[in-house]
Amino acid sequence: MLRFLIRRALGAFVIIFLLVALTFFAFHSSGNNPAQMNCPKGCTPQLLAQITHNMHLDRSLGQQFWDYITGLFVGQDMGTVGHCAAPCLGYSYAGQAFVWDRIAANYPATFVLAVGGAICFLSIGVGLGMISAWKQGSLLDRVSSSISLVGQSTQIFFIGPLAMALFVYNLKWLDRPEYVPITQDPWGCFMGMILPWLVMSVIFWSNYTRQVRSLMLEQLSEDHIRAARAKGMSNRYVWWRYALRGAMAPIITIFGIDLGAVFSGAIITEVTFSIHGLGFLAVKSVNQADLYLELGVLLFSSAAILLFNIIVDAAYALLDPRVRLG
Amino acid sequence: MSTLTQSESATAPQAGAAFLSVRDLQVRFRTEDGIVKAVNNLTFDLEKGKTLGIVGESGSGKSVSNLAVMGLHNPRNTTIEGSINLDGQDLLAASQKDMEKLRGNKMAMIFQDALAALSPYYTIGRQIAEPFMKHTGASKREARARAIEMLRRVGIPQPQTRVDDFPHQFSGGMRQRAMIAMALVCDPDLLIADEPTTALDVTVQAQIVDLLKDLQQESGTSIIFITHDLGVIREIADDVLVMYAGRAVERGTMREVLKRSQHPYGWGLLSSIPRINASVDVPLEPIPGTPPSLLNPPAGCAFNPRCAYKELVTGDRCTTERPPLAMANGHLSACHLTPAQKQSILTEQILPRLSS
Amino acid sequence: MSAEQTLSKSQGPATTPGQVLLEVDGLTKHFPVMGGFPFKRQVGAVQAVDNVSFTVSAGESLGLVGESGCGKSTTGRLVTRLYEPTAGSIRYNGLDISHAGRKELAPIRSEIQMIFQDPYSSLNPRHTVGTIITNPMEINGINPPGGRDARAKELLEIVGLNPEHFNRFPHEFSGGQRQRIGVARALSLNPKLIVADEPVSALDVSIQAQVVNLLQELQREMGIAFVFIAHDLSIVRHFSQRVAVMYLGKIVEIADRDSLYNRPRHPYTHALLSAAPDADPDNASQERIRLTGDVPSPLNPPSGCRFRTRCWKATEKCATEEPPLIQLSSSAPGHLTACHYPEDGITPAARKAAADALPEPRDAQD
Repeated sequence: MLRFLIRRALGAFVIIFLLVALTFFAFHSSGNNPAQMNCPKGCTPQLLAQITHNMHLDRSLGQQFWDYITGLFVGQDMGTVGHCAAPCLGYSYAGQAFVWDRIAANYPATFVLAVGGAICFLSIGVGLGMISAWKQGSLLDRVSSSISLVGQSTQIFFIGPLAMALFVYNLKWLDRPEYVPITQDPWGCFMGMILPWLVMSVIFWSNYTRQVRSLMLEQLSEDHIRAARAKGMSNRYVWWRYALRGAMAPIITIFGIDLGAVFSGAIITEVTFSIHGLGFLAVKSVNQADLYLELGVLLFSSAAILLFNIIVDAAYALLDPRVRLG
Repeated sequence: MSTLTQSESATAPQAGAAFLSVRDLQVRFRTEDGIVKAVNNLTFDLEKGKTLGIVGESGSGKSVSNLAVMGLHNPRNTTIEGSINLDGQDLLAASQKDMEKLRGNKMAMIFQDALAALSPYYTIGRQIAEPFMKHTGASKREARARAIEMLRRVGIPQPQTRVDDFPHQFSGGMRQRAMIAMALVCDPDLLIADEPTTALDVTVQAQIVDLLKDLQQESGTSIIFITHDLGVIREIADDVLVMYAGRAVERGTMREVLKRSQHPYGWGLLSSIPRINASVDVPLEPIPGTPPSLLNPPAGCAFNPRCAYKELVTGDRCTTERPPLAMANGHLSACHLTPAQKQSILTEQILPRLSS
Repeated sequence: MSAEQTLSKSQGPATTPGQVLLEVDGLTKHFPVMGGFPFKRQVGAVQAVDNVSFTVSAGESLGLVGESGCGKSTTGRLVTRLYEPTAGSIRYNGLDISHAGRKELAPIRSEIQMIFQDPYSSLNPRHTVGTIITNPMEINGINPPGGRDARAKELLEIVGLNPEHFNRFPHEFSGGQRQRIGVARALSLNPKLIVADEPVSALDVSIQAQVVNLLQELQREMGIAFVFIAHDLSIVRHFSQRVAVMYLGKIVEIADRDSLYNRPRHPYTHALLSAAPDADPDNASQERIRLTGDVPSPLNPPSGCRFRTRCWKATEKCATEEPPLIQLSSSAPGHLTACHYPEDGITPAARKAAADALPEPRDAQD
């Protein structure tokens, strides 16, 4: 197991490095001039040259990349803006702050959105799927299947505003969704996030409902289920201990991939509800051609995805004794 | 129809005498394509400590009828009629709870594919211990000791350590032994073995047959042994039931059915398998055609489209009238040929070919 | 059966019966096992087939028997070059094809065909029967007189199917019929050698004989050579003139059918034969050898003789010295056995004859 984790972690570092390098050089070959974009109105050539020098844009590309990479591990002296401690993600010129600080400010929102949303879509999706499989062919099964189909074919930027119109402006059950730091006001945080959680989970849960339903039905037709019943085990025991156990591993896989997605910033949800999280930052950084912010967001989101991928594989080995990691 | 049922019941031994008695069992499945008549008018008895071999091809109803005995069919789309009596208890009338108490305790089942029939997620020991704890109320520790004892009884080396292995860590033959251990952990009176040797190599197959025979000797369990392999039947069965298209077409002692079959299907089976010591110059005599669909079985005798002897029956009885399972030349068979015709075909055509 | 007319159509150099068609020498296939840390590398090998040699003559059927995992299927796949051998050589018609590339194999691929065990997964469910059979002709650029479709219909008739089923899909057929389609597909290229990997073991008993008889007719009337792989000793005996017994990747015994079944010299062959179930209740007197345990892992096979861990005769010598596959004294010509302590070769059949003659049947010795 330890060997596996080490090997996978090394692999993840290589992937992240390649992604960062690709983004870095793609950015510079796209003809953007960050200095120009950060030059205020009435920009003079002298000012531009000054900014170019401040942003180290007068150094060679290789040198800039090297500065960035070493900065990640040992920190970097950034002249007028001060020292950037390791892990230094660089300076966001558009935001006039260190990238690390900007991400640190925004990540709690993404984290809360991800955790709450994941709890919602996992419990609702798996619950509905189990009921569908239990009452296979019943009205309930058909209704939940239809809802799943609708959920699967809709989009957050469509149902998000719709839900807001209904619950916030029309029925006035909820306030406008916003992220209140959970440490400050847990209840306010919950009330502010409940609509984004639910709306986001509609997109995800339908997948779980369909998967859980078909996996449970598939498991129930397996020989070992029949053998367990032939031993005299009760239907309920067989259902929970045998069928669900077998359906769990694939569900964990999907869940891990979805977690990677939401923890790396649910861009559409965050933009739809104006939640200032990582996804929100990602959109901003691209719009403002803020290279180091872009790289920082990329680092965080790819790390989240890779981390959950590794966790899924490790969980698989714990769940299924046939899987051996090496 | 009613007369047929009567005549078939009349040929059966008195109910109540046997340990397991199945009477006029009918199993129907509802499917999208229509109703599948999987088992029809099946009647048989099994005495304590005896082995009944059930022979048939896929779709002959041999597995379905035994799943019905165990109550393992899907109640949503299955209807069962007739009666199944185990040691005086009517299984078809028993509640779900009562059936749970019987399964794994008084009657147990082993399956063809042990890898599929054992859950991959739990250790062998746990899967053996589970029914023991449920049926005897034993503690975890007692059940584990029992599991080790069972593994030793079925011939698994180092049972103390293997008990904690998962099924995938066992070889094919050992898995089959483990499944037998799981089925026998509560000393059942009836063991239903559904093709337990089909997926195994011959050397392991022989080991498993020997093991079942030994265990039966020790504990006096009655066994229903389902297979399509006549060679295995000859090794283990006392009585044989031959099924075709959901019906019993022949029933008798092992020696009677294998040596003096009275049914064209039985003759076909015997002539179509190569013998290890028969002449290789005689080509195999296959049964033409394919088994019928149970959605729409042929009228009359279900075997008639494949039968080589139906011309010998006067009139068109083979295609219009279903032959009853009746006594002919020493055992029961369902065929319109007269006993004399059967005997002469057997002695003049079938036996010479088999002994060549 | 229109086999006569189709026979004359076969192309390429004619083969005469008895001429060696396939020559396998020292054939070895090891599947690598990866592992290690931190970088994966080969840490071992599954020795699926190890130093196997045999020949198949034109028009002959060689049976390969053994338990699962003995390497018989891998051998079949090596012969058809679905796998590339790790070592050793495969010569077809004198031509070394052991490491031949796709281009070099192209003309030979049509002459060596394969029939698979599972009639369900070996036919593409989205192709009609006609496409399944004509496809190989198309790929190999074979243009039979009268066109490919006509030839396909002819083949359907040869294998006992209705030519009108040309446009149907595989799922409309039963298992036995599908296996016939598989046979027709193999025949579409006028093969000289067919490797049949467990062609009947997935079929119902009453259907098995139909397919065995069909293959036998093809062998006799079209002169096609077979490598017939099966675990059922009776069927192999019925179908093959010569039989090789494999155990854990090696041939332990190879002989003419009669010699092998009547005078097995290798203890493993003997055990296999005695374990084969027989439906005749009167053969009850046959002695039974019960092998204990299972086949060891091919990842780490026993030293010396690979059968020694289950052999009742094994000694120190068996562990240290691998027995060569040789002709033992008093064996029939061409009967090769790899054993340090061969069986006496008293034949079960002869024993039976003796038992019939004598009033008291003598217990056989091991």
